[in-house]
Amino acid sequence: MSLPEDSIVAKNLFKRFGRTEAVNDLSFRIGQGQIVGFLGPNGAGKSTTLRMLTGILPATSGHLNVCGKSVPLHEREIRREIGYMPENNPLPEDMRVIEYLRFRAQIKGIPLRRRRARIEHAMEVCELQRKARRKIIGTLSKGFRQRVGIADAILAEPSVTILDEPTIGLDPHQVIAIRRLLDNLRGETTVIFSSHILSEVEISCDRILILNQGRLVASGTSDELRMEFLPGSHYKLEVAGEPASITGSLQSLGEEWTIDLAPIPKNGYYEVSLLNKENGTDGEAILGRLTNMENLRIRSFHSVQPNLEQIFLKATRRSWDLPGETPPALPQKETASAK
Amino acid sequence: MIQVFRLTRHELKSLFYTPSTYIAMVLSLLMMGFFYFVMLETISSEEQDQLPPTIFFSLFWVPVLLIVPMLTMRSIAEERRLGTIETLLTAPVQPSQLVLSKFLAAYIFYMLVWVLAMAYPILTAFVIDQPEFNEKLFHTGATTGGYLFISASGALFIAIGIFTSSLTRSQLVAGMLSFSILFMLIVGVAAIHMLQIETATGSGLPDTVLDYFQLFEHFDDFSRGLIDTRPFVYYFSGTIAVLGFSVLVIESKS
Repeated sequence: MSLPEDSIVAKNLFKRFGRTEAVNDLSFRIGQGQIVGFLGPNGAGKSTTLRMLTGILPATSGHLNVCGKSVPLHEREIRREIGYMPENNPLPEDMRVIEYLRFRAQIKGIPLRRRRARIEHAMEVCELQRKARRKIIGTLSKGFRQRVGIADAILAEPSVTILDEPTIGLDPHQVIAIRRLLDNLRGETTVIFSSHILSEVEISCDRILILNQGRLVASGTSDELRMEFLPGSHYKLEVAGEPASITGSLQSLGEEWTIDLAPIPKNGYYEVSLLNKENGTDGEAILGRLTNMENLRIRSFHSVQPNLEQIFLKATRRSWDLPGETPPALPQKETASAK
Repeated sequence: MIQVFRLTRHELKSLFYTPSTYIAMVLSLLMMGFFYFVMLETISSEEQDQLPPTIFFSLFWVPVLLIVPMLTMRSIAEERRLGTIETLLTAPVQPSQLVLSKFLAAYIFYMLVWVLAMAYPILTAFVIDQPEFNEKLFHTGATTGGYLFISASGALFIAIGIFTSSLTRSQLVAGMLSFSILFMLIVGVAAIHMLQIETATGSGLPDTVLDYFQLFEHFDDFSRGLIDTRPFVYYFSGTIAVLGFSVLVIESKS
């Protein structure tokens, strides 16, 4: 039973293409107004799931509700509730942006009196109204084409906007523009988008769903995923002093801490890694204890947070069922501030 | 229905923006012009039993084989190749609305070509300016019958073109397939009919069945001013069935 605040409810969803299980027992809920990122390696079933949400691809079995209505039973009504930009963003090459949006507004059934306002709003949100307004779509850059696709998706004020790889092939400036655009959509509509740019998903999304081999392998906010997949607390510090006395002092923090001291100092300071397998250690308290140790001179203190890339690799690796294969060491990314 | 109207208007716009449409139109009109010229030459050299419009319309199949594949091969195959069919169907547009709009746009254009072909008798009448000959050129029965046949059979031909375009994402394959089916339908059935008569074995399809599918038989009736309901039933039901298959193909492939 779906709650009214759930925009999308998928329960035990299966999709088979011949003998291939593209989507395998997928269940998730997406609340109203949330921005949700779909992550997964190629062939994980992201696009298939998104296409099933639009009703264009029927599921083999399972329950799928969008805006409280069953997708197979209310296909027509649901298509009116959804704005969809497919993968690769197909657009007619020979039409002008404004002509295309007018045509789309017509066939989406936007009433004549609201049509102009809706087109202008969509163009404004997607920053198309100045440069690209009267340009032929075939001559537009990739970034502007993506914006046209997104403008089309949000044109009819859909309850749910589905964007399949909206940032694919874009340069960093264009990615930032799309991020700004997603921020503009926050609160207006539920947004589901798939992406390979993990940092993008981390910044823009309220929730992340990670798919692999058609299964949902992780779901939650980036902090929740961090705690689930890469638990523990990790700090890095630069200290001056004798290696033996540094190690001795740090051991007083407790047995739960693993201390890794770099053998060679850099500019007279040793790099030390402090690792605790438990979540939720108080960085401020640790720093307080370290600064009170007499024989330690601390230059910097960092909290090291695993990024989404590491979580993604961990989550997808765990579900790959490769017996006997040892996963390679995961790269670490330093975040947080220095002292 | 308003959705079909909107889509048809969009399709017509796209057709008029596409160079291949104009190439098809110009080539067809050139070919029709050539046939018209040959027909006038024949009439001027010796007395003919048939009226000029009948002789002209009897060659309908040559421009049909050229113009129908060129007009229709792009319609759905191109949408599928670009992927725009997905955005259309989630717009929301029903596959039946999409097929009907593509059909109507191509059919309107097809009929436009044939209407433009009326320029030839008008030009001839203007140049020759002989009242008795002009009466033959614009013989009401033969001209109306010819156009009725063209409009009825054209619906089936265009529907076949739309159907072949729905089968593939390659315009070329769609065009070749449409040409082959039209050739079989127009020339193939006539050839089977002739062969049956020649062998006179008595086996095979009965003449009445073959006559029902024989487009040239229908044309003879129409050109003599004989308006029978059977050809209309054949073309109308054929058009609906082929368009229905196109809808099924789109639904199954999306």
